[in-house]
Amino acid sequence: MIELRGVSQVFRSRDREKVVALHDIALDVAENEFVCIVGPSGCGKSTLLRLVAGLIEPTRGGISVGGVPVTRPREDVGIVFQKPTLLPWASVLDNVLMPLKLMGRPTAQARPRAQELLRMVGLEGFESRLPGELSGGMQQRAAICRALIHDPPILLMDEPFGALDALTREEMTLELLEIWQRRRKTIVFVTHSITEAVLLADKVVVMSARPGRIVQVLDVDVPRPRAFEQEALPAFQRIAGTVRALIFSNRRLPRDA
Amino acid sequence: MPEGSNPAVELDLDDGPGALSRALRAATPWIAVVVLFLLWELGVRAFRVPDYLLPAPSAIWTETAAIPGAVWGHTWATIKTISYGFLLAVVVSLPLAVLVTASPAVANSIYPLLVLVQSIPKVALAPVLVVALGANEMPRIVVTFLVCFFPLVISVAAGLLSVPAEYIELCRSCRASRWRELWRVRLPYAVPFIFSGLKVAITLAVVGAVVGEFVASDVGLGYLIQSSTAFFKTPLAFGAIVILAVIGIVLFQAVVTIERLFFPWSVSDDRFRG
Ligand SMILES: Nc1ncnc2c1ncn2[C@@H]1O[C@H](COP(=O)(O)OP(=O)(O)O)[C@@H](O)[C@H]1O
Ligand SMILES: [Mg+2]
Repeated sequence: MIELRGVSQVFRSRDREKVVALHDIALDVAENEFVCIVGPSGCGKSTLLRLVAGLIEPTRGGISVGGVPVTRPREDVGIVFQKPTLLPWASVLDNVLMPLKLMGRPTAQARPRAQELLRMVGLEGFESRLPGELSGGMQQRAAICRALIHDPPILLMDEPFGALDALTREEMTLELLEIWQRRRKTIVFVTHSITEAVLLADKVVVMSARPGRIVQVLDVDVPRPRAFEQEALPAFQRIAGTVRALIFSNRRLPRDA
Repeated sequence: MPEGSNPAVELDLDDGPGALSRALRAATPWIAVVVLFLLWELGVRAFRVPDYLLPAPSAIWTETAAIPGAVWGHTWATIKTISYGFLLAVVVSLPLAVLVTASPAVANSIYPLLVLVQSIPKVALAPVLVVALGANEMPRIVVTFLVCFFPLVISVAAGLLSVPAEYIELCRSCRASRWRELWRVRLPYAVPFIFSGLKVAITLAVVGAVVGEFVASDVGLGYLIQSSTAFFKTPLAFGAIVILAVIGIVLFQAVVTIERLFFPWSVSDDRFRG
């Protein structure tokens, strides 16, 4: 479904110095697969998502979605940005409906759907509030609803639960699994949390920084449906341990991948 | 408020003085104005300043109120000039700002023209406009427009350009057309900027109208000031100035009220305050 071949991304910082955000990335994400990307901050996770989203063009290499080269954003992709980026003048409901409005699609039948999504993430009753009246966690939950409003088959999520408290975070994790179980989607999910990655993913992509590259791709053979109790399973522990070891060994020996 | 021990008691104590001090704060400007006028009146009387130099407020009032019909006629003419000029500025500025911010090429071609127009003294332009447009209200309206449209274009353009990159990225990720991006994101984001431009523009519109009336008119408060000073009817000129001040304040407050009523988030959201 999603293919990256030899993708490199070089940014120029303000003092005209080159920053290699991603170096020679190759990655395959199958249809309806749930892939988590973990890695230290600054290793290019957000850049990788923005490339797949078609928001930026790679310096080198090729990206395709469904066999079609990505040259610009696609309507069948939903994005949850690292920051909620809700429009401060629009109500929560209008924010959730915003992608449809921006796409110019009729929104009449979308309203109940938006309300349903908001109810699902526990924001029932907040529909007419402005984002400024919501906590950071609530804003991010609204942003997740916004990414789901047009029911995209592909979902790109950039540390979507980073701003949530631990309890809400677990709740949202299960909720996302539920959504994915009910309506299969191809999901690329960036996270800092190794547990979260193993719990959610079919495949965990471990990245390292400077330059950003993929260290290893691990298959998660923990049976589904997943639950937090599975954290105690040996299979879960083994994978989580491997991911942790990969991240930390790479910290000590940055050139040794 | 000090952090008290008993919230109930604190609330009780709070309410009276709180409301009183709020009322006092609201009344302060009015009290200041009244005191100023009183001192003015007393000063003029005490030092026997002649009317044609500095009339007392009472003299201003009697002379101005003596010819209510004529004064009202001039006032109405000025209000019309201000309104038409201001509205013309709004109608021209918004699309112009959108155009200027649309692409660097357009900006590069329009911007120098704008600056050129802005750098011409409008007073100098007024007599030429009379020749070109005839001795009617058009030259006055055009002068008013010219005086107030530039700051409006600049502030609207600044608003449209200062939309954070992440909002634009949201638009791009939804494949929004430029028109939808403008309508759904850029314009709403620019609303506080638009209103700060409108506040400047409405104040300048009053100036523009008077300038126009000085040069090219036989009606309006600007004309009234000129004609009455020519005959040393200084109290009437002062009356016209006071009316102009009132018009300026009322129109400014009208803009503020419209912003509060229709765009409350623009006033309250500190995200917009740099
Ligand atoms: N638009 C940009 N311009 C310049 N440098 C950038 C830009 N975006 C990202 N970078 C740099 O690329 C690297 C990777 O950034 P990012 O993808 O945000 O990492 P992560 O999301 O893993 O924390 C960082 O060093 C960052 O400074
Ligand atoms: Mg990031």
